[in-house]
Amino acid sequence: MADLSNNDEAVAAAIEAPVAAGEPILQVRNLQKHFPLTQGILFKKQVGAVKAVDGVSFDLFQGETLGIVGESGCGKSTVAKLLMNLERATAGEVFYKGQDITKLSGRALKAVRRNIQMVFQDPYTSLNPRMTVGDIIGEPFDIHPEVAPKGDRRRKVQELLDVVGLNPEYINRYPHQFSGGQRQRIGIARGLALNPEIIICDEPVSALDVSVQAQVINLMGKLQDEFNLSYIFIAHDLSIVRHISDRVGVMYLGKMAEIGTDEQIYEHPTHPYTQALLSAVPVPDPEARAHRERIILTGDVPSPANPPSGCSFRTRCWKAQEKCSQEVPVLAIPQRFQGQDIPAAHSSACHFAEEKQVVPVS
Amino acid sequence: MVRRLARPAPQPGLHRLRPGHPLPGGHRHLAVPDRLRRPLDCDLSKAQEGSQPGHPFGFNGQGCDVYTRTVYGARASIQVGVFATLGVALLGSVLGGLAGFFGGAWDGFLSRITDIFFAIPVVLGGLVLLSVVTSATVWPVIGFMVLLGWPQIARIARGSVITAKQNDYVQAARALGASNSRMLLRHITPNAVAPVIVVATIALGTYIALEATLSYLGVGLKPPTVSWGIDISSASQYIRNAPHMLLWPAGALAITVLAFIMLGDAVRDALDPKLR
Repeated sequence: MADLSNNDEAVAAAIEAPVAAGEPILQVRNLQKHFPLTQGILFKKQVGAVKAVDGVSFDLFQGETLGIVGESGCGKSTVAKLLMNLERATAGEVFYKGQDITKLSGRALKAVRRNIQMVFQDPYTSLNPRMTVGDIIGEPFDIHPEVAPKGDRRRKVQELLDVVGLNPEYINRYPHQFSGGQRQRIGIARGLALNPEIIICDEPVSALDVSVQAQVINLMGKLQDEFNLSYIFIAHDLSIVRHISDRVGVMYLGKMAEIGTDEQIYEHPTHPYTQALLSAVPVPDPEARAHRERIILTGDVPSPANPPSGCSFRTRCWKAQEKCSQEVPVLAIPQRFQGQDIPAAHSSACHFAEEKQVVPVS
Repeated sequence: MVRRLARPAPQPGLHRLRPGHPLPGGHRHLAVPDRLRRPLDCDLSKAQEGSQPGHPFGFNGQGCDVYTRTVYGARASIQVGVFATLGVALLGSVLGGLAGFFGGAWDGFLSRITDIFFAIPVVLGGLVLLSVVTSATVWPVIGFMVLLGWPQIARIARGSVITAKQNDYVQAARALGASNSRMLLRHITPNAVAPVIVVATIALGTYIALEATLSYLGVGLKPPTVSWGIDISSASQYIRNAPHMLLWPAGALAITVLAFIMLGDAVRDALDPKLR
């Protein structure tokens, strides 16, 4: 037990330490989550696994926004849950300020949770309908009483409401009395209550009207500057991700296909999946629309319970060759671009990475 | 009526059957009797007679006043209904709720146990289990109903806890570092309790009816206990000659069951913040 409490203290000390801007605050290494598939009535036997997340690695730097995009079912939300420790990782590590947080429990985990918070996708299910707004935003202080003394909490909750652009007098209202956008602001206020360093946003605007999306995105941008936050922004809307992100990672079938700055990904994509994804983005300019190339992928996404050998994208890729079915491509700067100072020189998990412009330059 | 029911039970001596003894207070006005007529003061010469002054519900097969017996019968019947429902709801929702929340081996074990209990026929089980009981109180019957009734509530509680558990606000509380007890008490229970309340209040009526069934079969409550079930079962054989003997206790039973079901709806509405 002594060993454990020492570990607790080590974690507590480590997470107190400040991280300079531009230094990695969260390092994800080979993160995996396999959900077992079982068969049998009395004695369950594992017959396979859904590889929801299958070896994802990336860094999150202090003060930046990392966007993660990908289609439905590619494992984006599972990554968010793993980072929050809402699901236990099957393998791999998440280093928060150098401490692996995937195996933490008890006090150490609670301490880490103060600093990593989450904003959920659906504002209609993420707020308890039987609690008032004051109780919802005040709950973090009940769980972590050291953050705010009891007499101070009401004022703090009202402050938070003000910060997210809601009337502080709404403190006694119930969630159903608010619109979707207002509810999402309440969710953001709850996430901000403990003054975290990292906020993981799991599709925070995809359930909102387009007009409200912009307000919430702009609020999040403002809060990032104000509170020096680092965001992991998960979404499937490419234009919103581009708007808010400093760097973008593209996921396909539980793996990271390509990662780089937003300019590198949007204007110089080298992975064929990214190129196909970007070619599906609606183009508002009819002139440009007529001249752009559409990449139409054939077939469906393979089942994550039985992913293809080698490169997971090879079954739908127009460049696939023998090598793709035998060798898993690693996420690294492709050989041909190494040592060059061009935007295409960014990490891409493809054997035949090459630049291809698909989005008309605006 | 509630105030009168709250009075202490009559002395044991009052229960002695005294045939031929005239009913005291029979001449008094119905609405304001200064004390309730004794249920077992009966006059066999008036057996099965209909309504008459002072005896608005008539007499039963033993010549006892049906009004008195119906009022007294509420004691045992409501006791059985309320306590059986409370026992079933508490036991079932705690076991089922914990199974739903924690899942795993305990959940599997509990689900199999409920399957076993569902396989036991209620009436047959009652005949077997209650025939060995000699006590004339309501408690063996209540115990039997709790024993056979909890799996129904356990299943519903388990299902609604599993539904509530998957809501993002529970995940959000977990992400904030909330303990299991906080998640259960603050987030899951208030959002999972509504179906349990609705089913429990409906079950309350069926328990009162089940008490009648068991009494009819001779294994439920036994005389000298007075209950609607006993009266309904003994009156049912005279339904052609003297329907009033069946009508009054059965009507009281039906109204009580309906009242509890409406109470359940009202409680559910009162707990719903959207209707505030």
